[in-house]
Amino acid sequence: MGALQLQGLRKSFGKTEIIKGVDLSVQDGEFVVFVGPSGCGKSTLLRMIAGLEDVTTGTVVLDGEDVTNVAPARRGIAMVFQTYALYPHLTVRDNMGLALKQAGTPRAEIARDVDRASTMLALDPYLDRRPAELSGGQRQRVAIGRAIVRTPKLFVFDEPLSNLDAALRVATRIEIARLHRELGATMIYVTHDQVEAMTLADRIVVLRAGEVEQVGAPMELYNDPDNTFVAGFIGSPKMNFLKGAALGDRADTVGIRPEHLAISREGGTIPGTVSHVEKLGGETLVYVRTEPHGLLTVRLFGEHDFAVDESVGLTPDATRVFRFDASGRRLR
Amino acid sequence: MAARSHPGRTFAAHAILIAYTLIALFPVWVIVINSVKSRRAIFGAPLAVPTPETWDLVGYTTVLENGDFFGYFQNSLIVTVASIFFVLLFGAMAAFALSEYRFRGNTLTGLYLALGIMIPIRLGTVAILQGMVAAGLVNTLTALILVYTAQGLPLAVFILSEFMRNVSDDLKNAGRMDGLSEYAIFFRLVLPLVRPAMATVAVFTMIPIWNDLWFPLILAPSEATKTITLGSQVFIGQFVTNWNAVLAALSLAIVPVLILYLIFSRQLIRGITAGAVK
Repeated sequence: MGALQLQGLRKSFGKTEIIKGVDLSVQDGEFVVFVGPSGCGKSTLLRMIAGLEDVTTGTVVLDGEDVTNVAPARRGIAMVFQTYALYPHLTVRDNMGLALKQAGTPRAEIARDVDRASTMLALDPYLDRRPAELSGGQRQRVAIGRAIVRTPKLFVFDEPLSNLDAALRVATRIEIARLHRELGATMIYVTHDQVEAMTLADRIVVLRAGEVEQVGAPMELYNDPDNTFVAGFIGSPKMNFLKGAALGDRADTVGIRPEHLAISREGGTIPGTVSHVEKLGGETLVYVRTEPHGLLTVRLFGEHDFAVDESVGLTPDATRVFRFDASGRRLR
Repeated sequence: MAARSHPGRTFAAHAILIAYTLIALFPVWVIVINSVKSRRAIFGAPLAVPTPETWDLVGYTTVLENGDFFGYFQNSLIVTVASIFFVLLFGAMAAFALSEYRFRGNTLTGLYLALGIMIPIRLGTVAILQGMVAAGLVNTLTALILVYTAQGLPLAVFILSEFMRNVSDDLKNAGRMDGLSEYAIFFRLVLPLVRPAMATVAVFTMIPIWNDLWFPLILAPSEATKTITLGSQVFIGQFVTNWNAVLAALSLAIVPVLILYLIFSRQLIRGITAGAVK
């Protein structure tokens, strides 16, 4: 129930190719996150899976059935939108039950399924309200409820947390993770936020300019990126990229994460001056201007004091560096 | 907030708005007060309010006795309401297609449909008359409804397609995911959200149709199909004009259009867009 295969999926608008051949296999019950910068085609890819965009070439196979040319409503896919997209003229109850009503499900069955979903999402007190009378977080829960009611083979989420404030975003993220455990359903989730991707995903698909850069579990991507793009995209703050030649290294580019860069007033491999310090309580981020590598980020745990313009030395942890060739490919 | 609640500014704003309202309403006011005065009083003191001495309903009695005024009213209403209905229906449908679907020639079609805003339909009167004669539609209300629908469509398509572009794509896609047909999405999701725009279009379409003299005179001048504007003309002669009757007929003609306007303006204000997205 809910295995998805994408085979050679391509999408063009006129002469512009947006999706340049995506092959991907999603296991039943898996939580897959598509992540990438804006304009990388992740939302388009999601809409192609959902059936809202035509596929130029390639096939979408859901549960062994080719659904490439099947209408969105008949694919057994439920979608949660960034803007919630609730029907403004319907109550919460009717919003959640509309898909079943359209499918001709008996009234009693609809009521039962809506109740089950609303209990799961703690929406019981709001069932007779209209979307306008709900807060942003509640609206997104209704949108998720509307998806659950359909008991789809596959859930797709299109940046569902982007319109929520920071605290609600964390709470809703945990909610979505809990729902995935409880329902055991296959989910595909699109986001540009790598934190969401890391915390929710069983597997992450990193996309760039319509192509899959790398697919893997969050820690695989973090510990073993294939190229500079993935290395830079996964992990926060971003990985530092040093010039290999200046370090006397065979690689063109040497990547080191901010947490694997030691900083010392007594000097180190790379001399530099402190440009800015961000104290976050649990951690301190020090930005160091160096020649010829530019601005490097150092992440320290706990509180540390560094003065701006102070001279410091940086030393990369030699066991944690990543080496890349001139085209950005990883050298292994 | 401080600027808004400043008494001087509030006063100035109200003074300007009230002055404009008075200027706009003045002609209407003159028509209405003179419609209930005797002929002598109309010419003696056109701006005077009717007094017991000058009070005279002769205009109204003439209007109601001469000709089938209720029939004219009915014709005007049928033509106006039917035209608005078709303009809104077809205009909204065309606007939805233009704003929602990607197809070859989309922009060109949109421009073609908007062309009618710039080119007055009256330029084609001769061809329209020939067409109506050929179709046997002369002296029918259908002829007027067809012409007015054509006349109203360009502006309707232009305004509504702009508004429909602003309706959330996510909402329409949510409808598609839930199994609504494209017609259901159009009628149940999109139309309620563009209701204020529809009301605007209805008002803009309604007034010229109601007031039009040209097409009723040319296409449907028969007694059975006369509209109120055309019906009022019987009192304006080349040498003698029955001003009492003309003013009374005009005063009466204001009422239905005022009612229609009130209905649409309520829609203008209402609108249930809040809470649809975000």
